[in-house]
Amino acid sequence: MFKFIVKEFHHIFRDYRTMIILFGMPVVQVLLFGFAITTDIKDAKIAILDKSNDYMTHEITNKLLSSGYFILGGNLDKDDQIDKAFRKGDIREVVIFEKNFAQKIEKEQHASVQIIADASDPNMANLLFNYTQSIMKDYQRQLFKDKKFPLQIQTETRMMYNPELKSVYMFVPGTITILLMLICAMMTSISIAREKELGTMEVLLVSPLKPFQIIVGKVIPYVLLSCVNAIIILLLSFFVLGMPVQGSLLLLMAETILFIFMSLSMGIFISTVSQTQQIAMMMSMFALMLPTILLSGFIFPIENMPVVLQYISMIMPSRWFIIIIKGIMLKGSDITYLWKETLILVGLIAFFIMMSVKKFKVRLA
Amino acid sequence: MRTILYIIQKEFRQLKRNRQMLPIIFVMPMVQLLVLSFAATFEIKNTNLYIVDNDHSQLSRELTAQFRGSHFYTITGYTEDYKTAAKALELRKASQILIIPDHFERDLNKEDKAKVQVVTDAINGSAAALTSAYALSIIRDFNVNLLVDTYPAINLKDPVDVRYSFWYNPKLDYTTFMVPGILVLLITIIGLFLSGMNVVREKEIGTIEQINVTPIHKYEFIAGKLIPFWLIALFELAFGLTLAKLVFNIPMVGSIELIFGVAAVYLIAIMGLGLFISTLADTQQQSMFLSWFFMVIFILMSGLFTPIDSMPEWAKTINIINPIHYFIPVMRNVMLKGSQFSDISKHFWALACYGIISISLAVWRYRKTS
Amino acid sequence: MPENETSVDVRETIIYVRDLVKRFGHFVANDHLSFDVYKGEIFGFLGANGAGKTTAIRILCGLSSPTSGQINVGGFDAYLETEKIKKNIGYMSQKFSLYEDLTVEENFTFYGGVYGLSRKQIKEKTTLLLTRLDLLEERKTVLKALPLGWKQKLAFCVAIMHDPKIVFLDEPTGGVDPITRRQFWDLIYEASHNGITVFVTTHYMDEAEYCERVTIMVDGRIDALDTPANLKAKYTASSMNEVFLRLARTAKATGE
Repeated sequence: MFKFIVKEFHHIFRDYRTMIILFGMPVVQVLLFGFAITTDIKDAKIAILDKSNDYMTHEITNKLLSSGYFILGGNLDKDDQIDKAFRKGDIREVVIFEKNFAQKIEKEQHASVQIIADASDPNMANLLFNYTQSIMKDYQRQLFKDKKFPLQIQTETRMMYNPELKSVYMFVPGTITILLMLICAMMTSISIAREKELGTMEVLLVSPLKPFQIIVGKVIPYVLLSCVNAIIILLLSFFVLGMPVQGSLLLLMAETILFIFMSLSMGIFISTVSQTQQIAMMMSMFALMLPTILLSGFIFPIENMPVVLQYISMIMPSRWFIIIIKGIMLKGSDITYLWKETLILVGLIAFFIMMSVKKFKVRLA
Repeated sequence: MRTILYIIQKEFRQLKRNRQMLPIIFVMPMVQLLVLSFAATFEIKNTNLYIVDNDHSQLSRELTAQFRGSHFYTITGYTEDYKTAAKALELRKASQILIIPDHFERDLNKEDKAKVQVVTDAINGSAAALTSAYALSIIRDFNVNLLVDTYPAINLKDPVDVRYSFWYNPKLDYTTFMVPGILVLLITIIGLFLSGMNVVREKEIGTIEQINVTPIHKYEFIAGKLIPFWLIALFELAFGLTLAKLVFNIPMVGSIELIFGVAAVYLIAIMGLGLFISTLADTQQQSMFLSWFFMVIFILMSGLFTPIDSMPEWAKTINIINPIHYFIPVMRNVMLKGSQFSDISKHFWALACYGIISISLAVWRYRKTS
Repeated sequence: MPENETSVDVRETIIYVRDLVKRFGHFVANDHLSFDVYKGEIFGFLGANGAGKTTAIRILCGLSSPTSGQINVGGFDAYLETEKIKKNIGYMSQKFSLYEDLTVEENFTFYGGVYGLSRKQIKEKTTLLLTRLDLLEERKTVLKALPLGWKQKLAFCVAIMHDPKIVFLDEPTGGVDPITRRQFWDLIYEASHNGITVFVTTHYMDEAEYCERVTIMVDGRIDALDTPANLKAKYTASSMNEVFLRLARTAKATGE
């Protein structure tokens, strides 16, 4: 049996292409998420339609452009240029100052500025508008410093667990989850399906190895690989991205291993129902990876989804694992806070293994 | 030319026989489209709020009532003890805490100034920014009403009157934004994976030897392998667009022909990429893995989920070889804003070049004689 | 040049090979092979597994390029005109010839079309060949469901469907019973009778008897090339099997 495992290892390691990707992926993903993928707003291109062109509009424009959120995408002179600017796709927002802006403010204490946001990306539009508005309100406060109002409620805001609002904190747990799932579920299922497709599975079944030994043997290399991978990601996110591990490292590793077994059991199950590798892959992709990315709380918060989908996401192990990781890494939670989720994972493992065994027995019968 | 038709015929016949693949290719993407379009939203429908009220005054109760009355908020707890609220935050029973200190009413009446605290679970940074802003705006509205009630003569009009409008999606409907992107994602999966894996499959099983020994030309073989999936992907696009219109009421402002025209070219580019990747692989597992690697990177960087503007320069440079990042804006801009060919010509030509280069590379790498 | 020829051959050479060498790194799979194959003959390529038969046949089919040597197949050069070679040959290997997930008819249609036959020709040929094999009822059966012996015969028919000048058969009869093998060779005889040159590799020594001329490959070299009768006489053997064993022993004796 040991020899079998060694053979599997050789098999995988000789495949240097997969190896490179296997170890390159975590690095690349951490880099991407750490530095490239972000929901923060930076350098959004805006266009200014300044019908006044006076010192005040210039001041406001400067304030906008030096905030870091915006860069100048162009200056417009006419209203009908706006649609075209948006249609080209570069400009996200247009700020329109009305005529005689400064004059109106000085004389009548009232002038209007219009913000038109391209809401084809509503999230962006909302955020951009909020930022624009708050910058303008800021300017207004500066102008009218002396105006003091009574009954001022001052609100102090505090951001917990992620004071700098780094979007990376959201993504790293999800990245770990996806990667582990990829290796343990997807690759395992394809690997086992491969033996079936090429006919070598029967050879194995006839050998003195028991079926469960075959599966274990096939699966162990991937377990080790994913452990190594998980460690790489954690190290990278800690050192390169500054992502903390507030809670117990031991608990983190333990839960990770639990999740690895979870993915394995899913991968095994998929392989028992797939005839060919292509099918195993497509199933892993559509029934596993995509839902995980979109329904597990990785990018999109679960609370915002329609109720039906919230229920569906409950049977997704990745959802629970992400909660666990975020809890341990960012909140410092210990097992007393996370026992519910852990139990669910254990339950799901049992479920999938049972299903796989049933399916397997049916085939042999 | 005839040869290509025979190859296509064979591919379709094989596909028809493959009982398990058919639902996966046709049904699953549509299910994904429906499910995921509903799921993929940054819109915050509800925030669970825990209230720490140390004042128990009329004013504090009125302030609390504002939150209770807002349909963005659900009050999940009410306490005087901050620790309880903090625990709730950690257990995710609440994602925001409102802390009203004692002497709130007294301070406001006596000194014209009082403080409140809003503590938000900021693991999801951008959601936290928005919920924080919501809370602030409710407090501010409360403040304004208080002022007006107390001093009716006060002039509170903002000198700088900010008016706003949201174009193309005035309801800020997130599905309108996501659905075109998800459609791109789905046809990309089909184009990138299936075509490539199909060729590797023949390699792996060995039937490619039989092909290599016939007078089939390289380009005929590749065309024959790609065209069926090209057709399938376009069909799925059509079907998906129909669903998008019927179920999600996604606007279709621009020209459909333009969309399909660009999609056709995009698919060639993406298939060329998938094919080229598969020539680097000997087994289907490798091919899938390599394709997956590139796909994840390209999708994440394409602007499907997150804005491209915010990316650093080096990332934007990498995007030059990312076909997805050319197509997504085309889909969105044409569907939602009615962009015309002149608006998106840059993207179109980029995709055309990409297609030519990637297919040429793939054909060049494929050898009939080894 | 082959020795011991008892008659002068004035037949047309259809495959011409001189000093064919195929190297994989340091390993020499084909070591200066030289032989002619004449039009219309059944030419056997014998040898143990690993002797280099498959390598050589792949070169002749244009699937692999030779390291050095002169090779001409059907009048075309094996370095520069591989695509022209392919138009004029048929190929069948033991492992994979037809698509398992297509029906018999669909396989015929595909390969017929690929080799340039018109729809009418495809239809006629398919009916003709299936009738000859007595498998007309299996026309619409998916290949996976057929027994190996039938699959092999069908593969052969597909290989000669377009009336090629030469058909290459790489270990075509592996894994079936002797009766089925005998039937297979009947098909080969018929094809040869119709003017198709048959180049067949095998490790079944008894099949060598069916060929007009055979070569025996040992360790990448041709150690014998003649008619079976001549070889049996030369090595005083009663069967080709014995001829082979003797050659193998000689190779061992000289320390190879």
